[in-house]
Parts: sequence; structure tokens; C-alpha cells
Amino acid sequence: MAEICSPLRLPLIAGRKKPAAVTEDVCRALTRPPSGLWWAAFAAAFALLLLGTAAVSYQIATGVGTWGLNTTVGWAFDITNFVFWVGIGHAGTLISAILFLFRQRWRTSVNRSAEAMTLFAVMCAGIFPVIHTGRPWLAYWLFPYPNFRGSLWINFRSPLAWDCFAISTYFLISATFWYVGLIPDLATVRDRLASTEGGSLRHRLFSIFSLGWNGSYRVWRHYEVLYLLLAGLATPLVISVHTIVSWDFATAVIPGWHATIFPPYFVAGAIFSGIAMVLTLMLVARKAMGLEDYITTRHVDVMCKLLLLTSGIVALAYGTEFFTAFYSGNPYEEFVFLNRAKGPFAWAYWTMVSCNVLVPQLLWFRRVRRSMGVVFVLSLLINVGMWFERFVIIVTSLHRDFLPSSWASYRPTIVEVSTLAGSFGLFFTCFLIFCRILPVIAMGEVKAVLSHGQGNGGEA
Amino acid sequence: MSRRVLIGIFESEDAILDVTAEARRRGFTIVDVFAPYAVHGLDKAMGLERSRLPWVCFLLGLTGAGFKVWFEYWTTASDWPINVGGKPWNSLPAFVPITFEVMVLFAGLSTVLAFFGMSRLWPGRKAALLDPRVTNDRFALVLEESDAAFDVGAVERFLREHEAVRVEEREQEVAR
Repeated sequence: MAEICSPLRLPLIAGRKKPAAVTEDVCRALTRPPSGLWWAAFAAAFALLLLGTAAVSYQIATGVGTWGLNTTVGWAFDITNFVFWVGIGHAGTLISAILFLFRQRWRTSVNRSAEAMTLFAVMCAGIFPVIHTGRPWLAYWLFPYPNFRGSLWINFRSPLAWDCFAISTYFLISATFWYVGLIPDLATVRDRLASTEGGSLRHRLFSIFSLGWNGSYRVWRHYEVLYLLLAGLATPLVISVHTIVSWDFATAVIPGWHATIFPPYFVAGAIFSGIAMVLTLMLVARKAMGLEDYITTRHVDVMCKLLLLTSGIVALAYGTEFFTAFYSGNPYEEFVFLNRAKGPFAWAYWTMVSCNVLVPQLLWFRRVRRSMGVVFVLSLLINVGMWFERFVIIVTSLHRDFLPSSWASYRPTIVEVSTLAGSFGLFFTCFLIFCRILPVIAMGEVKAVLSHGQGNGGEA
Repeated sequence: MSRRVLIGIFESEDAILDVTAEARRRGFTIVDVFAPYAVHGLDKAMGLERSRLPWVCFLLGLTGAGFKVWFEYWTTASDWPINVGGKPWNSLPAFVPITFEVMVLFAGLSTVLAFFGMSRLWPGRKAALLDPRVTNDRFALVLEESDAAFDVGAVERFLREHEAVRVEEREQEVAR
């Protein structure tokens, strides 16, 4: 069957590889000893994780009073971090599910690691509301279960209860989707290990988790449908998750939060920040692990275009918020937005605008999109900007409320900063371990697109 | 059940697609095809019927959603009603988000479990590999020697003509 060949269809994978070469390239990283660079990164990430663990232990033992919150600013750093991390996760689902439904076949090179990133980011996100409850050992009260207090059920009208269900479902479905995608690759690794270290603990673990996969097409047929169904479920799920996160704010009557624009604004922002994080990780991973043939400049280029699109949506949301505040004629709304741009947190607001709206405009230039160093710096700046977006939304809306006598300011304590650092530690520790023990590229999917744009079918 | 089968090993997806479609056209009994990745169109070439997994997904999703609406109504309006800000006991619109999440959860997890069941995959199951490279870069077509009219020599020639790199005859357990 001749593959359609057009000069417009560039190869997705460089180096005219054969399937066996893909297995070899991806699995090599699993068997060779870790490099000095990996150990250095792991030591740094693990140190941050320990710092965060110490901070969280201290604040659980002492109480939420160790944070810089006051009666006016009751939500600040903690919820900022929560929304930030949930948002990071969303790019993984965009790449694994939404781009799958849109038949964007370039996604195969990055979907495995982007989905892993989703899982780790949601784990980081989950920590924050749990410690914010103040008594995290009672966090299971968030779920409805028959209890001896009545049974007294949770309030299903509360966005916080919605959030709890949304995040848990998102984690479970993402984990399942990721695992299902891994099964054929686990079998590939299992059969490769059988020849070199058959019977070893690692070989046995891969045998257990690959569930006896043998490549039978009677199974592949169901597998393909399953993958499509999970993608179809994950797509509305990811939109629902950040919509519900935005409702944590939008259902309140606080000026600056009470806006119908919030769901699309948050979903676009989430995907924007998530793609920036995918780029940050991928640019490092492709260099460190020698995956330049798989994650090519073309992949980076396409993701930069997605950044540009989502940056545009976010910019539109910023503008719309301001316009609505003035057009509404509501003095409280007007005040909140002027206070954002000119008040004590103006520096945070303008950091957000510069990083999220101005800096990404550089991506209009092809030369910028193809220059890995510049893209790396841009992706870091966007991550900073998106963190500040959540900080601005939360803190500037709260710190000057309706009653000037209760106006207050907010500054994070060392405990809060350490907790944020710790969440980065957890994220990178998990990611670095993942790079060592599982195939970071979805081999089964990449092999299917090898012939793409090569002109001579599977023999490419 | 043990049967005699003829196995052809192939190196490219084009070859496996061609030979599978041709084998079916000639009326051979295709026991299975083994592939390292999903090849577009191979299920059609084998003549497999469509997977019924979407039904599991739809029905279990519906069950999850139905159960959750009932549960939210029962807890909030019947078992222990609490007045929250004067909102109605049965706040149906506010129940929508969790109902949606539970629907997705039920549909997703049950479809995966159904897939494991239908495909007989479970932790610790020993993989019956036709060729050690079938999860790497080789494809295998397994034909059943169904009756006396099955001419092994002719079929082997047919497989070789379609770029088979190896052909072998085996006695094996065949699960349908």
C-alpha cells in the first residue's frame, strides 16, 4: 500500500528509522547507567523535595498559622500553587487526548512524557488543598461515605466538593489512560530484557505489568477502540476540571472572581502554562537523552504555535475582564481592576502581562521558534507568568475588600515558599525517576508514524 | 484445542496488510495476526467485526451518571436535608458537575476493565509469543490448517511470495 507522498508532509521522525531502531533508541536509556547530569538533577530535585517535606510536616504539626494569611487574604500562596499545578497537568491531556482526536500525529513523540507530567503535576496540585484544610488527616471527609455523624453528607452544591471529585477523577482517568498506553511498550521492553537479563527482578516486573500482551491483533482491535474511547472521555474531562477549578472562584461574589468568562479563560490559561512546561521538559530531555530525532525542531515549532494561540486567548481574557469591569459601571469591579494594574501588587500584574502576553509575541517569528535556547527561556518565563496570573487573581481580588478598614496586605512566609519549592522537588524527582524506568517515548505509536512523509511506506 | 497452524513472519506493515487481505480473499482461516503496533486497516483486512467496547462505555457511563444523580438527590434532599443558604433541597443544576465526573469515571474505568476481560489480559499472565521480535519489529500471520485440502507447500509458497522472511508449521493451542 503506497503511502501518499507530498513535499508538504515532512517526516515526523528524523533519521529514516526502522522499527527496531526505535526500540533500541528508546530502551537504551533504561539499561545504561545514569549520567552525571541525571544524578546532579536528581540530587537537586530530591533536596527540594526534602525541604518541602520538612515545611509541610512543620505546618501540619503547628497549623496553618505558619502561613502569611490573615482574615482579609484567606487564600493566597497555597491555592495559587494548586491552580498552577492543575493547569500544568492539562497540557498532557491536550496532547494525549485532544490532539489524538484531531489526528495530530506528531503528538506520538511527546505524549508519553506529557502524560507522565500530567500525573505528577496533579499529585503536586492535590497536596495543596489537602494541607489547606488544616487537618489533613481528616481529608477523607471530603468524600461522601456512610459515617457516624448522621450520616452527615457533604454539600454537593459546593464548588469545593465538585473540585474534589474533578481532581480525583482526573487523576484516576489520566493514570488509567497512561497505563493503557504503556502496555504494548511494557511488553516490548519485557521481550527485550528477556534476551539480556531474563528472570531478573526488572524483567519480572515488566512481565507482570505488561499483562501477557503478545501483539495479537484480536487484542489490538479492542485496544484501538479503548484508546479512542478514553481520549473521548478525557477531552471533556480536562475541560470540566479547569472549569470547575475556575468555579471555585467564579461562584463567589468577590469582584474580580465573579465572572462568567472564568471557565474558558482558565482552561486556555491551563493549556498555555502546561505546554510551556512540556517544552521546558522536552527541550532538556531531548538534549540529555539524545532524542533529537524524535523530538525534532518541528515538534517544538508546532508547540510554539499552540503557545501563541493560547497566549492570544489569555490576552483576550485579560482585555475582556478590564472592559467588562468598566462597561459594567460597577464601582467595586472597576476598583478591583484598577487596583490590579496600579495598586500595591501592580508589579505582579505587570509581570503576568509581560510574561503571558508580550513575551510570547516573539513566537510569531519562525527563527525564534526554531531556536531551542530562546524557546527554552520563553517557556520558563511563561511558567513564571502563569504562576503570577493565579497569584494576581487570588490575592489582588481579596486584599482590598468592600470595607477599607479591613484592607490588608499579604506576603508569603518561608514555610509557604519552601512548600512551593518542595512541590517542584516532587515533580522533578518523579519525572527523573520516570525517565529512568519507563520508555519515555511511546514506541508503539512512533513506529506507526515512521513512514509518515517518507514516501515509501513501512519500509522507510 | 490444539490445531496445526502455519505461521508466516513478515518485516513490514505493507507486507502484512497485503498478505492478510489476500489470505482472506483466498478463503484461508486466519487464526490471528501479531503486530508490534496498530496497523491502520489490518482489522478490516482480517475481517474482524467491530469491537463492542463503546457499548460498555456508554451503558456504564449512563449507570454512573444515573447512580450519582440519585445519590445526590437522596443525600441532599431525603436522607439528611440541610438548609444551605436557602437553596432548594433538590438543587439539580448544582449536581451536574459531580454527576459528569462520576459518569466519566465509571465509563472510563469500566471500559478498561472490560477490555482486560475481553482480551484476557491480567497481571502475571505469561505472554504466548509467536516470535520474540513480534513486540519489536516483526509481524506474524497465523493460518489454520483447517482441512485436508490445505496444501502446506502451496500456502508456504504463497506466504513467501508476499515477502515472508520465515514460514513454520506448528502444533499449538489456539484460543479464539
